Parts: sequence; C-alpha cells; structure tokens
Amino acid sequence: MTGTVRVSEVTKTYGRVTAVREASFTLGQGELVALIGHNGAGKTTLMKLMLGLIRPTSGSIEVLGDNPAAGEFAGRRQLGYLPENVSFDPALTGRETQAFYARLKREPVAKALELLDAVGLGAASRRRVNTYSKGMRQRLGLAQALLGHPRVLLLDEPTTGLDPELRQTFYDIIARLAAGGATVLLSSHALTELEERAGRVIIMNRGIKVADGSIEELRRLARLPTRIRLRVAGLAPSELPGWAPKDATCRRLNGHIVEIDAAPERKIELLHRATAAGNSVEDVDVVPPTLDELYAHFLRQSEQAP
Amino acid sequence: MNVLIIAAKEIHQAIRNRWVLAATLLLAGLALSLTFLGSAPTGNVGVRALDVVIVSLSSLTIFLVPLIALLISHDAVVGEMERGTMLLLLSYPVARWQVLLGKFLGHLAVLGFATCLGYGAAAGALAATGSDIDSDSLLAFAAMVGSSVLLGAAFVAIGYLVSALVRDRGTAAGICIGLWLLLVLIYDMALLGVLALDQGRSISATVLNALLLSNPTDAYRLINLTGFANVSTFAGMAGLAQNISLTVPVLLTALLCWTLLPLGLAALAFSRREL
Repeated sequence: MTGTVRVSEVTKTYGRVTAVREASFTLGQGELVALIGHNGAGKTTLMKLMLGLIRPTSGSIEVLGDNPAAGEFAGRRQLGYLPENVSFDPALTGRETQAFYARLKREPVAKALELLDAVGLGAASRRRVNTYSKGMRQRLGLAQALLGHPRVLLLDEPTTGLDPELRQTFYDIIARLAAGGATVLLSSHALTELEERAGRVIIMNRGIKVADGSIEELRRLARLPTRIRLRVAGLAPSELPGWAPKDATCRRLNGHIVEIDAAPERKIELLHRATAAGNSVEDVDVVPPTLDELYAHFLRQSEQAP
Repeated sequence: MNVLIIAAKEIHQAIRNRWVLAATLLLAGLALSLTFLGSAPTGNVGVRALDVVIVSLSSLTIFLVPLIALLISHDAVVGEMERGTMLLLLSYPVARWQVLLGKFLGHLAVLGFATCLGYGAAAGALAATGSDIDSDSLLAFAAMVGSSVLLGAAFVAIGYLVSALVRDRGTAAGICIGLWLLLVLIYDMALLGVLALDQGRSISATVLNALLLSNPTDAYRLINLTGFANVSTFAGMAGLAQNISLTVPVLLTALLCWTLLPLGLAALAFSRREL
C-alpha cells in the first residue's frame, strides 16, 4: 500500500487556539477513511492543511508527492475537494461552472459535463447557480470534485443536503473510486451511514487524534459490550430469565425482550446459555457497538485522559 | 494558460453581471454629452474639436475611471474569500499569483473595452458630425484612451492590494473610497494649498515633480494635458508644461510602476494569506 497523503506531527494554531495538535497519519491508495469529530475538532483544518490553504505551525504534510505548505500544486490535478458549504459564482450556470473547473484541471469539457448528469443535476445545469437549492449546489460540488479521476478525494461533510437517493448514488460513486485505487477522506456527522462504508475511521477531539483504525479494531480497543437482545416467552414483565449471567448487565426492554450487555469475548458463551435454556427464546438479535457509541466512548476516554 | 482561463471567466462574469454594459454606457454617455455640450463655450469656429474633447474627457477620466476600477477590484480577493468560492478555486492546480494575474487581465479587459468603446463613441460622433480631425489630434486622442486604460490598471492593482490585505469586504470598500477621495480630490487641493503657502521658497521643482509622480492621477493628467502641444494650449497648462520637466515616457513609467508595484504587493500578500 502506497501512501497518498502523509501527515506527520502536524500542529496548527490560530493565535491561542490550537486547531490541530500533533496529528500523524498516512492514508493509502484505495482507502475510504471517515474523519469524525464534532464541530471544531479540527477536521476542516486538516483538509485545508492538505490543500495548502493554510500552513502548519509545525510538522509536515505530503499530498501526492507535493508539499502543499510550500505552494506546490502539481498533484492537485488528481485531487478532488468538496468544501463544507460549497459555493459558486452565482452569475454562471452549472455547466459554465463545471466547464471552468474542467479547464483548470485540463480535462475535456464534454466529459466533465457528463458528470453533471451522473450527480443528477440534469436540466438544472443550464440555470444560474444563484437559483440552486442547497442540495443542487451540493450536487454541483460533487460533480466538480469528481473531475479528472481523482487519486485523492477530500470531502468535507459531503452528504449534507442530499436526498437519500442521491446519498446512495454518492456512496456508490466513491466506493467505485476507492476500489479503483483512490484515497477518499470524508468527514461527516452521519455516523450510521459511514459505519458500513468506511474501511477506516479517524476520530478527532479538540484537535487531537484520539482513535484511528477499522471499525473492528476500534471495537476491540474500546471493549464496549455487544448487546444481545432475546425475545423470551413466558416471563413476567420485570423478571429476568434464570440463566441470565450475574456478572453482566441485563435489563428488560419492553414486554418480552431481555437485553444483555456482553463483553466481546463472552458473546458466544452467553448465546449458548440462552439457547441451552430450552425453547423459551423465540428470537435473537446481536448488536455490536455502533460507530456512534464508539465515537462517544473515545471522546469520553480522551476527555478523561490528562 | 491558467491565467487566461481565469481571465476569460472574469470577463464572462462581468458580461453576465452587466458590469461591462454599465461601464460602457456610463463612459459613452458622459463622453458624448461632454463632446456636444462641452463645445458650446468654445464654439465651433477655429477650434479643433477633438482637442477640446481630449481635455474634457481626461478630466472626466480622472474622476470616473479610478472609481470604476476600484469598484470592480476591491472585492476580487476578499469578496471571493467571503463567498467561499476562493476556497474551492485554490484547491485546483493553480498558483495564487495566477489567480490574481488572471483576474487582473480580465478586469483590465473589461475596463479597456468600456473605455475604448465609450470614448471611441465620442470621437466617432465628432467625425460623423463633420468636424475635421487631423492626425495630431487623433494621436493625442489615442494616447488619452490608452493612458486612461493604464490609469484604470493602476487603480485595479491598488484595489487588489487593499482586497488582499483586509479581512472583510466592507473594510475593503471603505478603504477604496478613502483612497479615491485622497488620490483624486484631496491630494491636488492639498498640493495646491502647500504650493500657494510656500511661494516657491522650499519646494523645488524636483520635489514638485516627485510629488506629482507619487499620485497616479497627476501623472495621468500631465500626460494628457501637457504631453501634446496642441492639447496643452486648450488645457491652460501650456505655462505649467514649460516649467515641468517630466516627459511623457517618465510619466508613463510612473503609471506603470503604480500598476506593477501594487499588483506585486497584492500577489505577495495573497500568497501569505490563510483562508
């Protein structure tokens, strides 16, 4: 795996505020990486640093062989960026805007205009951008980011304002690009969406990278319990089944569901116990910790750390 | 290449926003009214009409062209930053100086088009109404139009410098209005006042020359009102022209410096800017 984006020991301060503190990571080809963290955690700052829009206070960054802080930009032909709250010159139409950006990347304009159809802008592309809704601007933003088969895609909150259908198309497109070897870094608040798609998650809190790894790795690290939900027949409303372990948290959810918080390594054992108890168990659901929970866990952990 | 792409987009936008139309109509309208109303006091006998027009148009230019130039340029950097379009543009494979130079060429083209067409209309109207125009006058007229565009370029560059330095559009607009007042109105009045008070005791001709060169509008005025013998007689500047040793090439160089220096500084400020 070759690294396309290398961030080493990067710190960025604005006056007394430290937006990013000693962050280091390497993003490889074909990786789809989710960058999560709440507002002000340093996600946008990291992307701006990768683009050379701002310079790191210390540390170094390399993107597609360029040092963006030194104003090198040859690699940017193969880089797509979608800023948060993307905006365009209101007087131009969608097609004119897309054609302008295509020329800057030396891409054939005709092919660039096809992208407008791919993101579902269609007929609206002949209208001026100042008539666009937020969702339409976002589509145009995506279309320009996809110009020229990018090897690195930096997407800042890409799915805000997109309807569910386009969201699906959007994730299909980036999954295809990642499969083709592109590095996709996307920041988002829609954690449930990312859960199934991101191969790797980087969690930021107050400018510090607090976790980095695949969801499975993060689950292992976090040691959050897996929830086992069983539908059990013939129990009184607040009664717990006899086989329920004494050393794990059990609770009743509603009429007939018993929920057990199982430590990762006890999952199978507990399931065995439940099924061994006879056929009172009618149904079972195993819910591993979600990205939401992992995120909350790592934030808590980093807040508690000195 | 990038520079040209950006310049083309600026021109496209200026056409779409009716900037080109507005500037051209404004300049043409004023030039035509000056041409026909302005010739009333001199009458039409024995006076070369185009020379009179040059005098009145260059006075108009001093007020109007810097204003138009600052209006289109003060917003160039800070406005795009505020709207968020700069963020996206700079993520493309373009250098910041290319962005600035592209915008400059685009804005200059808009201004040049408006000036040539607007003032050309005045000259055309004179020719059409049967005034005889000799080649000397025509040359002086062409020089007037050319130097007007150069004056515009200087103020576009000054506008960029302001735009690249300040934090928000309002400040840029305020500073530009201040600069316009200072360079176009106050400077000359103050200079005149100082000269009158001084009575030639401590301000030598060299100092005066330096003072005149350090304002682009004065350099422009001198080019047009003293640079051509046929014009300076009407401008009432013939006397002044003999005392001032500034030649047209020196004045042109001054204007050029007033363009290149702010433009270079704007590029420097922009390249250091974080957004």
